[in-house]
Formats: sequence, structure tokens, C-alpha cells
Amino acid sequence: MSGTADLRDSYDVAVIGAGPAGMVAAAICAGAGLSTVLLDEQAAPGGQIYRAVGETPVRRPAVLGNDYWHGERLVRALRASTAHYVPGATVWSLSREREIGVSIAGGARLVQARRVIIATGALERPFPIPGWTLPGVMTAGAAQILLKSSGMIPQGRTVLAGSGPLLWLLAWQYLNAGAKLDAILDTTPRANRKAAWPHAAAFLLSPYFRKGLRLLLSVRRRVRVVAEVGDLRAEGEGKLQTVAYRVGDGVETRLSADILLLHQGVVPNVNLAMSVGIAHRWDEDQLCWTPVVDGFGGTAVDGVAIAGDGAGIAGAWAAEERGKLAALAAVRALKPDARREQLPDEMQVRLALAQVERGRLFLDRLYRPADRFRLPEGDTLVCRCEEVSARQIVETVALGCTGPNQMKAFLRCGMGPCQGRLCGLTVTELIARARGVSPAEVGRYRLRPPVKPITLGELAVLPKSEAAIKAVVRG
Amino acid sequence: MFRRLPDAGEARLAVTIDGKPARARAGDSVAATLLAAGVDHCRTTPVSGAPRAPYCMMGVCFECLVTIDGVGNRQGCMVPVEDGMAIEIQHGRREIER
Repeated sequence: MSGTADLRDSYDVAVIGAGPAGMVAAAICAGAGLSTVLLDEQAAPGGQIYRAVGETPVRRPAVLGNDYWHGERLVRALRASTAHYVPGATVWSLSREREIGVSIAGGARLVQARRVIIATGALERPFPIPGWTLPGVMTAGAAQILLKSSGMIPQGRTVLAGSGPLLWLLAWQYLNAGAKLDAILDTTPRANRKAAWPHAAAFLLSPYFRKGLRLLLSVRRRVRVVAEVGDLRAEGEGKLQTVAYRVGDGVETRLSADILLLHQGVVPNVNLAMSVGIAHRWDEDQLCWTPVVDGFGGTAVDGVAIAGDGAGIAGAWAAEERGKLAALAAVRALKPDARREQLPDEMQVRLALAQVERGRLFLDRLYRPADRFRLPEGDTLVCRCEEVSARQIVETVALGCTGPNQMKAFLRCGMGPCQGRLCGLTVTELIARARGVSPAEVGRYRLRPPVKPITLGELAVLPKSEAAIKAVVRG
Repeated sequence: MFRRLPDAGEARLAVTIDGKPARARAGDSVAATLLAAGVDHCRTTPVSGAPRAPYCMMGVCFECLVTIDGVGNRQGCMVPVEDGMAIEIQHGRREIER
């Protein structure tokens, strides 16, 4: 793995995140002759969707499915380009002047870029149910990462619970791999079907429709699926032992379980974008904060664009097209004389994007997570790091605390190492409901650099200017 | 809790988990190594001492904080495992000098 010493002081373009959007954007910028660096936190390119695609120990291609292996082409194109791909690089700050703070193997460094493309993708929406902090409870995404990057499958009684395409994809991949699943507890509310129905025609034309339907039917044939689960708890002493659930408001059923895998959709990973001051709006369809971007992913912060799911959830194929658009904008700004044949055709990209975005509203409506699973009650932990419960938050609103930032001062929620990634949405929505106003009015945690924890030691090895040394050294 | 697919390659690396020998596969993260070894928790929280295990495996939740080769607060899911690594369960806060 390369260290900070291999980095240059400045680049034409810095791309942050090596998922589909980032890989495509970096390869295009480099291909147009721009000096390009691609900084990624993981050990290998691919992002989470194509995680470990170049080195997965899963030998049989049919286990993970064709869509996963598509990532190989993107990795090959990146490797064939002159983009400087840097794995193991944690970006912890980005200034409005596009100075990037990055740590590699315990050493920190500042890098300047003329254009920055943020491609930090998505993370799974919080799923705050009683017992979600117990060992044995993980996200479906985490389990899928274990499968892709380590070839590991569950052993023991395994329950999947929640809603959304990833839950079914994981179940399908597990069954392909020979794993045994005890149950899938589907928390999709029945009323969602009605809300999604007006958008069904668009979804029928989506490339996701046929694949999704086949996968769903294949899983349903082989696993016990419990529909309309309205209440869900994980229980155990020191680790998961029981999953308790109700169908609707019915009688409670208890399942012995060793592993519970939770999922209720993904939301943009916004921490870096918010910390540089990019405006975000509350998205009522996707129930999350979405950055305000133009048709090329450009933002109001000069020279900073966002591509991929970080600019609003649309999936891996859309991420690729949005990566192309962000790269096109960067090339046009920095190298207007770049040869057209080196660049993707904008009209074609926009057509492809429209095709893969078709029917997104259907998916958003169908898999909209129930209030019950977004707005916990009582002793259920909201902030996992600082162990703050839903009751504490609601009671603190009653004391007159009106927003998430004030809530930090009262309860420390959002102030642990995850920096609000696992509680931010829940805290905003809980306050909004308690006050009877919209999440947009309540607002969100103010995020500041460093957006990942770094040590004083890492900061201390940053190269220092003459002026900085003079400012602190006497004599 | 998790097992390796039979064709997923051998776990050839030797590490220790709280001093006890364990095997790891090159390409695994430290968090995956702990899960494959059947370790039921990787840290206890500074607030209540509750046990926690890896939750997101992608660097966002910080539940897999462990001590690696004497350095505390390392994100187990973000650190590729290496031969000879000494991995320790982290109890509460990172300690001074660790």
C-alpha cells in the first residue's frame, strides 16, 4: 500500500471514493490528460457494490450474480488509466478552497485540487429496534461485505429482517452459496403497495424490473417469508438469542436466532459534502438529506461536484452515468481543448441515465420504511456510540430543545466516533415528530472536519509552513 | 457465527486474539478475522460496558474498534489482517499510550 509520500502536492482533479461513480470519473479525467488522483478508504477498488471484485475468494461467479461482475470492467478501465489510485486513504477534511486532508497508514497529508468529485456513495439507513446493538445483529450490507470480500456465510440460525432490494439480493446470494436461512421478516407496510402503484408503469420499463422479479420469486420459493411484520425486537444476554416479531398488531412470535441481518434501504453518505458547506435538502420521498446539485453533479461550492448515490440514491448503474457527467464537467472546465473522441457523449449518457432512473419512485414508495422502524420509542438506543435512548431525546424536546445540535449539548448524541452517521436521521425525525414540524424545519447535525476521527499524531506529522512554525515557536 | 465457503481459500496467516492463536486469510479485514474465529464481541462500550460486535463492516459505525499491535481504537473492518498481528478486544475507552 502506498503512503502519503507518493502523493503530489496538487492535482487537476481529486476524486474521493472508488465505487462506480468514482472509478468512472477518475478514468475519464485521466484519459483527457488531467492529472487525477482517486482517494479511497478501502483496500481495493469497487466501492461497496463491487466490493473486492478483483480479489473476492468467492470462486463460483453464479453466487454473486452477473451484476456484481460488471464491476470488473470498471476496475480494469481504472487500472488501465493514468489516474493515481490510492487505496487505504481516509479523507478527513475538504475545504472550500479544495484542500483535502487525507490519512494513509497513520500519516496525514494535505493535497490541493482544482476540481473535486465527491463519490462517497451511500450507507444503510439506521434501523433502530430494541436490541440492535447486540452482538449477532448486523446490517445486511455488512453480511454481504463478508461474503464478497471474505467468502463468509452465516452459521447457525439466521434471520433476515427489513425491506428493500438489498435484503432480497443478499438472501438470493446466500442461497446460491449454500447458506441456510431460517426466515425473512418483511417489514414493508401493506399500504406502500397502493402508494407505489401509480408509478408501476415506469418501473415495468426499468432494467431492474425483470431481474428483481426473478430474484424475488426465487427466494420466496426457498425461504419462509413472513410479510407485514409490524414490530421487531432483538433479545439476548450479551449477544443475540431471540428475534421477537408481530405480524401487524398480532400475537408475538419468538424465533431462536444466532444472526439477525437488518436492512431498510440506503441513504446518501453526506458527511464530507455537508462539512464543506454544500446545501442539502430534506427529501420526503427517500426520507433523507440529499445535496443540491445541478445536472452535472456540480454544487454551489466552487469546483466541487458530487457523483453517484451520494448525490441522491439511484443505484449503481446510475452512479456510473453520473460519474461520467461529473467528469465531463471537470474536463470542460480544465481542458476545453480535450479531444471529443476521448470523452463520453453527453446525450448518450443522459439517455442511459434516464433509462436506469426509470421507476425509482416506484421503488422509493414501495420500500419506504415504516414510521415504526424509523421512529423508535422508550429505551431503544438511537445513538449507539453514546448510548442515548429514544425516550431521552423525546423528553429533552419537551424541555425545550428544538434541534439536533442543541441535542448534542444535552445528551451527547451524535458526538461519538461515528459522528452521527448511525443516528443523524433518527434524531432529526424524532425531534420533528415530537415538535409536530417537518424534518426540513428541524435541520440536521452540523458537521465539521475532521469527518473521520484522526489522531493528534497524524496531525503532527503534517508538513508545516515557515509561517505556521513561526506562529508557535518562540525566539 | 460465520463460516468460510469451502472453496474460499485457506486461512494461512497466524495471528493472536487476546493472546490466543488464531488463523486468518490474506485479504480478510481484522473484523472478518474476529467473526471467522467465532469471537462474540470485539469491544465493550465506554458508556455502559456493553459488548459490541462489528455492525456495518464498511467503516461508518465504529463498533469494531479494537487494539491492534498495541494501538487502540483501530477500525477492525478497515484494517487488512497481516501475519503475526496481535489483536485485542478493546475494553471501554482507548487507554493512554495505547
